[in-house]
Amino acid sequence: MLNFFQLILIYAGIYAIMAIGQNCITGYTGMLSLCHAGFFCIGSYATAIICKVFGLSFWLSLPVAALAAGLVGLLIGIPTLRLKGDYLCIATLGLGEIIRNVATNLNPVGFSQIPRASLFGYEFASRYKVPFIILIWAFVLVFYILFQQLAHSRLGRAMVAVREDEVAAQSNGINVTKYKISSFVLGAAVGGIAGCLQTAYTLTVQPGSYTFMVSVMVLCTVVLGGMGNAKAVILGAFIIQFISYLPQLTGLTNVIPAQAKQIIYGLLLVVMMLCRPQGILGRDKYRYGDPRTRMEKLADFFHRSKKAKGGRA
Amino acid sequence: MSTLTLYMQYIVNGLTLGAIYSLIALGYTMVYGILKFINFAHGDILMVGAFIGLLIYNGLTGGEAADPGAWTLIAFFIAMIISMIACALLGMLIERIAYKPLRNANRLAPLLSAIGVSFILSNGAAWIFGTQSRRFPYPFNNEPIHIGAITITPHQIVVIVVSVIMMVLLTSFVSKTRMGKAMRAASLDQSTSMLMGINVNRVISLTFAIGSALAAVGGILASFDFRVYPSMGTMTGLKAFVAAVIGGIGNIQGAMIGGVLLGILEAVGAPLLHIPNGMRDTVAFAVLIIVLLVKPDGILGKNEREKV
Amino acid sequence: MRILETEHLTREFGGVIAVNDVDFHVEKGLVTGLIGPNGAGKTTLFNQITGVDKPTSGRIIFDGNDITGLPAWKISRMGIARTFQNIRLYKELTVVENVMMGLHFKVGSDPFHHRFAQAVKSYFFASRENREVYGRAMEWLRFFELEEHAQDFAGSLPYGKQRELEIARALAADPKLLFLDEPAAGMNPAETSHLMSVVGKIKGLGVTVVLIEHDMKLVMNICDNITVLNFGMKIAEGTPNEIKHDKGVIEAYLGKEEEE
Repeated sequence: MLNFFQLILIYAGIYAIMAIGQNCITGYTGMLSLCHAGFFCIGSYATAIICKVFGLSFWLSLPVAALAAGLVGLLIGIPTLRLKGDYLCIATLGLGEIIRNVATNLNPVGFSQIPRASLFGYEFASRYKVPFIILIWAFVLVFYILFQQLAHSRLGRAMVAVREDEVAAQSNGINVTKYKISSFVLGAAVGGIAGCLQTAYTLTVQPGSYTFMVSVMVLCTVVLGGMGNAKAVILGAFIIQFISYLPQLTGLTNVIPAQAKQIIYGLLLVVMMLCRPQGILGRDKYRYGDPRTRMEKLADFFHRSKKAKGGRA
Repeated sequence: MSTLTLYMQYIVNGLTLGAIYSLIALGYTMVYGILKFINFAHGDILMVGAFIGLLIYNGLTGGEAADPGAWTLIAFFIAMIISMIACALLGMLIERIAYKPLRNANRLAPLLSAIGVSFILSNGAAWIFGTQSRRFPYPFNNEPIHIGAITITPHQIVVIVVSVIMMVLLTSFVSKTRMGKAMRAASLDQSTSMLMGINVNRVISLTFAIGSALAAVGGILASFDFRVYPSMGTMTGLKAFVAAVIGGIGNIQGAMIGGVLLGILEAVGAPLLHIPNGMRDTVAFAVLIIVLLVKPDGILGKNEREKV
Repeated sequence: MRILETEHLTREFGGVIAVNDVDFHVEKGLVTGLIGPNGAGKTTLFNQITGVDKPTSGRIIFDGNDITGLPAWKISRMGIARTFQNIRLYKELTVVENVMMGLHFKVGSDPFHHRFAQAVKSYFFASRENREVYGRAMEWLRFFELEEHAQDFAGSLPYGKQRELEIARALAADPKLLFLDEPAAGMNPAETSHLMSVVGKIKGLGVTVVLIEHDMKLVMNICDNITVLNFGMKIAEGTPNEIKHDKGVIEAYLGKEEEE
């Protein structure tokens, strides 16, 4: 049981990272992309090849994976991102499948027994989950901070403008194409890094595991929490992984069919769109219109909690 | 066999494939014409149609064990009609539950909802029927007929004949009947047609019903070649979508032409370019993306620009 | 002095000529009205000049530079701002955030000239930059007397205020030339007269204004020059008084007398 909770923590972390990337693409810039499984796949392969074939360090594979996924994102982004909503969705779906097909054709069996990652002499072994949880969630924290900063900067604001109205954004001097491509490349790179972490944990890579299902799961994660809200996306990752491990957690693996989780994801997408399209936590209100400094905000936060306490007492 | 007859043979095979794509593409195109959105779940409706058809046919005849004869042929058409009705109802139900409330929502919402529906249908089917693929037994004697050097199997003839009948019926429905005219009006301008007293909700329901019924036929006809399994709709559906785009999405004649064109291209192109089996899907997706990029308006489509 | 000139500007849409060989010019510092019956090609002309759409042929000269066919965002950065006929606000953002978007390329008056360096700076000093942009946006809101709505969602404002907010957003970019596409459409008389005073204030800032408008009272009152389009062609230009008595214009609006 504890084992499954640890597993959930690990996979929730990996999906949270992927979802932060997807959120940059779909939540901020408003592009419905369905090829995150492809970027995930590229990252996993980068780690596998660097660690296994070249025998180099896992840490080196991180920037390589980010670059590779980002580069692929750039190559496919330049032509496809001028497509509008529905068409973009289908085109990226196709691209995700192409990446997987190419990976399958180049190396149908994948890689196994990939060397373990190590840090300051400590070797991460799949048996010990707690170090992995710490490692992965450290990455989640880093990406969370990086992307929150992005969202609250002029760059993130421009992405939101693109999401809200492309024509108006152009007329405000915002280079729509540039922001669309940057956000796509950033999202892709983050997806690649999630792939590295997954490989570091499983130490095997199989082309069969980067299906369309993964892309939908990531999308579901973003939609569930709330598009454009980084905190919500992390919450979404927990819920999605919880659903995924529901049979094991409840011990009902024989009763609950293997497809149950996919059906639940499907239902979640429909129900969320019908009842709460803004997600559980809703959109970040993007308080750029908040003139306080970070210190002032902090002071206000404590002030408020003090007030709240005082109120109760 | 000379090269010419070889290609004639490919074209015959391509026509069969293309007829199926056309039937399915019609559903995409009709829905897009009115709602300006891609019904992601359409491919899965085709799969449901194939399953229903197969189950009813097997129930009526005993399946593989039955000797092809008059009864099996009748049973086949009964199964097809019941499957069409069932899918029409399913399509209407999906529209009512998952799309209608989102008609005024932002444009990502119905698309996400459609992806959800598609997931529910394909995985639901995998749950109920299992993931193994099943053969759809031929309800007639499928001895190949040789015309000169070209071989045509009766199932190809059935596929083409049934598709042509369906398309003729649809074309006359859309151009002759009141409801068909209402449909065309709604696809041109929804709010104006509403002001003209057209019940747009009914038109949309009907569009989904017709599209889904055609998908059911397409699914059953496709299952002779492709077998029946829960994820059969994904690839076939996507190819049909490409067909709809090639023909000009939103255009009914375009979907028919696009489907046949894509079928022939696939049947002729794959052997001509020596595309290995494993790469076929990759090539199909690449073609899809190229079509979207180069000719998003299709052959018969009109260039739609956003009014500023 | 002419701040904007078009030479033989033509735009065809698949055989239909929406703008036909138009030589349109705008005098610096004045308010120019662009009028004409529906479908005369006024908005199309706006779209060509502001880069939303590309002309089929002809040239557009702004402030001595040829801007023909440049993308809209570049033209906007050169100093042409605009509003839209069917209001295009960022409806799900707040009023002040909308104006902040208008300031997008105005932030970063800093030693970094390189764009990438500027982006990096914007990223790391986001909150400081935000405060600066916020302050400037609030100034514009005060100018338009919208500051009390600063934290409301743009989509929730009444129609007239939305139009004014769109003008505020455009002005925030500190343009040399401001295009207003039917600013008074859908406004009640009180809102229209407020708009007139706003346009006056904008002119007072030294911004050249071009506006498309159907409200003749407004046009005749605030415009220094008027250009009239009909069927994509320029049929008249001059002061409001000249236009009022121009035979061609009267015919375009009312039809030829003999035909009645």
